[in-house]
Amino acid sequence: MSGAFFEVEDLTVDVATDTGRHVIVDRVSFTLGKGEILGLVGESGSGKTMACRALLKLLPSKRLSIPGGRVRIDGEDVMALPDAGFRTVRGKRIGMIFQNPASHLDPVMRIGEQIAESVRFHHGSSRRAAEARAVELLTQVGIPDPKERSRGFPHEFSGGMRQRAMIALALASDPDILIADEPTTALDVTVQAQILRLLKELRDARGLSIIFITHDLGVVAQLCDRICVLYGGRVCEIGDKRTLLADPRHPYTAGLTGCQPGAGATGSRLKTIPGYPPTIDAMPSGCRFHPRCSNAVDACARLQPPFEDVGQDRRLACHNPVVSELTSVPARGFA
Amino acid sequence: MSEATLDRPMPRRFLGRLTAGVPQPMLIGGAILTVFLVLAIGAPLISPYDPVYQDIAARLAPPSLAHPFGTDNFGRDILARVIWSARVDLQIAVLGVIFPFIIGTATGTIAGYFGGLTDTLFMRVVDVVLAFPFLVLMLAIIAILGPGLASFYIAMGLVGWVSYARLIRAQILVLRQSDFAMAAKSLGFSHWRIMFRHLLPNAMVGSIVFSMSDAVLVLLNGAAISYLGLGVQPPTAEWGIMVADGQAFISIAWWISTFPGLAIVVLAFGFSLLADGLGEKLGVRP
Repeated sequence: MSGAFFEVEDLTVDVATDTGRHVIVDRVSFTLGKGEILGLVGESGSGKTMACRALLKLLPSKRLSIPGGRVRIDGEDVMALPDAGFRTVRGKRIGMIFQNPASHLDPVMRIGEQIAESVRFHHGSSRRAAEARAVELLTQVGIPDPKERSRGFPHEFSGGMRQRAMIALALASDPDILIADEPTTALDVTVQAQILRLLKELRDARGLSIIFITHDLGVVAQLCDRICVLYGGRVCEIGDKRTLLADPRHPYTAGLTGCQPGAGATGSRLKTIPGYPPTIDAMPSGCRFHPRCSNAVDACARLQPPFEDVGQDRRLACHNPVVSELTSVPARGFA
Repeated sequence: MSEATLDRPMPRRFLGRLTAGVPQPMLIGGAILTVFLVLAIGAPLISPYDPVYQDIAARLAPPSLAHPFGTDNFGRDILARVIWSARVDLQIAVLGVIFPFIIGTATGTIAGYFGGLTDTLFMRVVDVVLAFPFLVLMLAIIAILGPGLASFYIAMGLVGWVSYARLIRAQILVLRQSDFAMAAKSLGFSHWRIMFRHLLPNAMVGSIVFSMSDAVLVLLNGAAISYLGLGVQPPTAEWGIMVADGQAFISIAWWISTFPGLAIVVLAFGFSLLADGLGEKLGVRP
């Protein structure tokens, strides 16, 4: 997959704690084509947010470090850039939107001003041109009466409008890639659908590549082209949305799809995956999912499964994958 | 009909519309400051006498119609001197706050944002400055530079910035961890842009309120320094000097010290009220 526009290879994030160094993102690799939407799925603490913060070198604490990994945009390894050079990656190449737009917008600056600031910063336009561009961007993300609203402060916007403004802000620098860190989690369902539609439109209109972080498989099914499933900081399975959801090979993926309301027979209890996700200082040996896995074999506790190509543009890390039987998937026991 | 009168908007005068929603202390404080400002600017027109004109025949005259505040031991009119002093003292209050404010805000922002060694370095300097009694350090610096207002401002800047630095640093320490700081970073903004365009405006409210009450302290300091003969030099009218000069005659001519003293109190009161109101309006407890 060397033709991919955006490649992440062996991205690793370490955390230094009192009990030593722990790997919280372990050699995560994925690729993203132009205009493609990749869903990054996993439970809380699976390292999906950390991995994406690491892509922008925006780790929230000094204890976190990135000991290894390559991130290539158009073949250029941006991770190797010095700090000053890396700043041109932020915004210009990769934009980011966040779960909670209320706290990620500057509370004392007008929305239009914030967007115009980014436009001026990245494109060097005049004040007036930047303001016009800000209104244009607000129009594009579907904010009604954009000229008037651009003079408003973030607290004067509703949740959905704030997320739209946030998207406009991220687009102001014309990034090629947009990282969306659970942008719809804090929104109600109807607004969520609007935002998802907006992201899809933007992908179609600008050829924007999107990495969409979520724990909501329903959203993934609706929006994404490909899915990357993370567990305990490692990639379990990555592949095309349709094949992956319809025919999950990794027991964890199968467990996730089984957990969806509506997956089982009507009236039956909602399936869950037994146990809890591991904590960073007590990562299981071998395959990190093996204590919760119903398919676990002896090798699982001892050996980390290799991350292998299993055909159909699909990669998998499992010693004993779920047998590929389309009809039997929901019925397999995860009691 | 009563309904019709209810529907009609309340008639409001211009002043009422201008002051709607402004806390009362702020209005009173603002009014006091405005009065002093008018006195300072209009001194040549308002003042009944030349502040340095000596009418030897009318030395130590008690308050009367001709001299409402009386005269001093050189026969100078106290009212005229109090009015002219407003120019000097307002300048002291404003400049004596602005220099420390700028220096303290800049250092506090940098220290809080970068943390680590930079922070330690700046904060140790703050500790050193704070280790000395405020007035003693002021006096030492002014003594080295030579008496005069310029020395006073320099000393004020060198000593007064520490409170602002501490206030701002504490705010920036919290804000630099905030989500919008990270969002600004994700847009590729430089440290300086994040610090001064995004974090500082969010951090400044507290120190703006503090600067108002600081103006009171600076004013009193200016008066104290002048009282000690190191600030404004005679014969320039300044409230602190006037209080000092009148001290020798306090038993026979109370008015020489009392009226400039009252002027200091009222102006300080005005600044305090303004700080109070501003704090209320901006949602800060000073």
